[in-house]
Amino acid sequence: MAQALNRALRDAMAADAAVHVLGEDVGPLGGVFRITDGLAAEFGDDRCADTPLAEAGILGTAVGMAMYGLRPVVEMQFDAFAYPAFEQLLSHVAKMRNRTRGAMPLPITVRVPYGGGIGGVEHHSDSSEAYYMATPGLHVVTPSTVADAYGLLRAAIASDDPVVFLEPKRLYWSKADWSPESPETVAPIGRAAVRRTGRSATLISYGPSVPVCLEAADAAREEGWELEVVDLRSLVPFDDETVTASVRRTGRAVVVHEATGFAGPGAEIAARVTERCFHHLEAPVLRVTGFDIPYPPPMLEKHHLPGVDRVLDAVARLQWEADLTGREGAR
Amino acid sequence: MTVLQQTAASRRPVPPPAWRPRTDPAPLLPDQEPFRVLGTPAARDADPALLKRLYAALVLGRRYNTQATALTRQGRLAVYPSSTGQEACEVAAGQVLAERDWLFPSYRDTLAAVSRGLDPVRALTLLRGDWHTGYDPREHRVAPLSTPLATQLPHAVGLAHAARLKGDDVVALAMVGDGGTSEGDFHEALNFAAVWRAPVVFLVQNNGFAISVPLAKQTAAPSLAHKGVGYGIPGRLVDGNDAAAVHTVLDEAVRRARSGGGPTLVEAVTYRMEAHTNADDATRYREADEVETWRGHDPIALLERELREAGQLGDADVAAAREAAEEMAAGLRARMNEEPVTDPMDLFAHVYARRTSQLREQAEQLRAELDAAEETERTDGTEQTGQTEQTEQTGEDHR
Repeated sequence: MAQALNRALRDAMAADAAVHVLGEDVGPLGGVFRITDGLAAEFGDDRCADTPLAEAGILGTAVGMAMYGLRPVVEMQFDAFAYPAFEQLLSHVAKMRNRTRGAMPLPITVRVPYGGGIGGVEHHSDSSEAYYMATPGLHVVTPSTVADAYGLLRAAIASDDPVVFLEPKRLYWSKADWSPESPETVAPIGRAAVRRTGRSATLISYGPSVPVCLEAADAAREEGWELEVVDLRSLVPFDDETVTASVRRTGRAVVVHEATGFAGPGAEIAARVTERCFHHLEAPVLRVTGFDIPYPPPMLEKHHLPGVDRVLDAVARLQWEADLTGREGAR
Repeated sequence: MTVLQQTAASRRPVPPPAWRPRTDPAPLLPDQEPFRVLGTPAARDADPALLKRLYAALVLGRRYNTQATALTRQGRLAVYPSSTGQEACEVAAGQVLAERDWLFPSYRDTLAAVSRGLDPVRALTLLRGDWHTGYDPREHRVAPLSTPLATQLPHAVGLAHAARLKGDDVVALAMVGDGGTSEGDFHEALNFAAVWRAPVVFLVQNNGFAISVPLAKQTAAPSLAHKGVGYGIPGRLVDGNDAAAVHTVLDEAVRRARSGGGPTLVEAVTYRMEAHTNADDATRYREADEVETWRGHDPIALLERELREAGQLGDADVAAAREAAEEMAAGLRARMNEEPVTDPMDLFAHVYARRTSQLREQAEQLRAELDAAEETERTDGTEQTGQTEQTEQTGEDHR
């Protein structure tokens, strides 16, 4: 995935001279995850610029650059390092279009490596998506596949609105059958993808939890359950259509993510599903999330992160009464 | 023995080059006393046409401040942070820039925007409350008035930096108050500007108080202009009530920035004659004596005296300036007394380039509420306001 993100940045910079990358260590080092590897050498250190270590300054200057017609792509080195930039993000980036009645949109992409599972010490594993999702004016997207990492990042950079681009750290090293020579261009922002079809229940997930759900779906098959897996890809805008259609088909839903559960993304998703699918539901919408705790130290994170077993337990708790293998004829 | 003590006790190594100060701090340090022009021999060298232009702008600016303050009492403005007493800074900042340059004002700097040529009514839109900015920032190259403190400073740096990367000789002038210099964004903006050698001028209007907190409780620095030295930026201290001096210092800083010399930090020492806003009671935190002392250092009176003594301003000029100011105030009153036309559907029109399906649903909800209210009015026989007859946003929506 890291290679796909790097390729997306390179292609976007080659396609449009207005695209500028800036952040801490993005220059010769290529970023601590090497996502910006080679960009400074290829495009110069004006186009791929190492900045002083100051997240509010990085994003704040990006606002001014966007006001002058550039398309800045900023890197926030780790999820929790983005917090000093929150005022710029919430008070200016998210609102500039609205404040100026559309006269001054800000096409800024904020890349945030996020989530746990890499053995990082504190402040290196937060899942902060609920904060971003709660801020009108921002798009929030996160890939779970290598192809989407490329396509979504190209779409984010091409967007005339600011996009918070959440990169699942533990998928950086995921491999896939993906051709860097002829990558698919743009996956539209706002569309979910059904990664696996099934009739017993829908697993709704995104980013690092999608592979967990796919694994759970494989395991559930041995129990005779056909689980559908919906990968949201875009948290804002939210694809109600795909999610609703899936849950109406299966009648059961579990939301899976590693962010905390209380007031987390799953709360919103479960509420939306309930509002739209109540008469189709055979069971309450369940959530499988990280615990409501500060992100734990590395040696304990395996107990916090929702894994396959926890997902399967939730599926089992969906109070099966009907035939588990399908709902045809149930209505 | 601590690590530090060990180091001190051992042979003192010569620090490697990267540890040494990279600039002799002396040229960065401000003068002890604020720079002045009026009442000094330097006034004789000043351009009389410029001084007369500044005088007319000051008189207009004072009237703008008193008129806007009056409009808050009449409920026509939600709030107005007056810059009465600070007009010299506002006017100089508004007039020192070339057309291609950019101004980044704070919420108190409506007068600077007006002095740059922005329509007075549109400059007050934010404070009136019918929408957040009131103008297209690109039209006059005036960024939206910034309510969060100092957050507009990094924007100025980024814009100036981007302009320079594109090869345009554009300068950005960013305004902030004394309280704003304590914010983290002030620090980050100055640091970025210095490292990037961005063509930016930072103007701190030190008006003595951040709402009620006096400067002595805000900073222990010798002056706010001294803060520049830590970033490698020259600091300039200027009498903020001396319009000629503020214009001179800002003009030098703008020229320096334009010629690739990098940023300058200017501290203008001035005084806020009114309360922070109409919602504030300044008698709780400052003495009337102090206010009176500053009244004796009024920016308009200072310049008027200078020009009259030099024989460059007569009663007729003064009367003409006042007349122009009254005309502006009358126009402002008349236009502000018109009911602003608002469109409720605007709430959803500019959140994103394309509305999300979530916003589309909520827009439909509001549309239905408005239609129902209109229907009720019709059946009640009351007159229609016409405000709900609005256009829907066109274009493609998000799914």
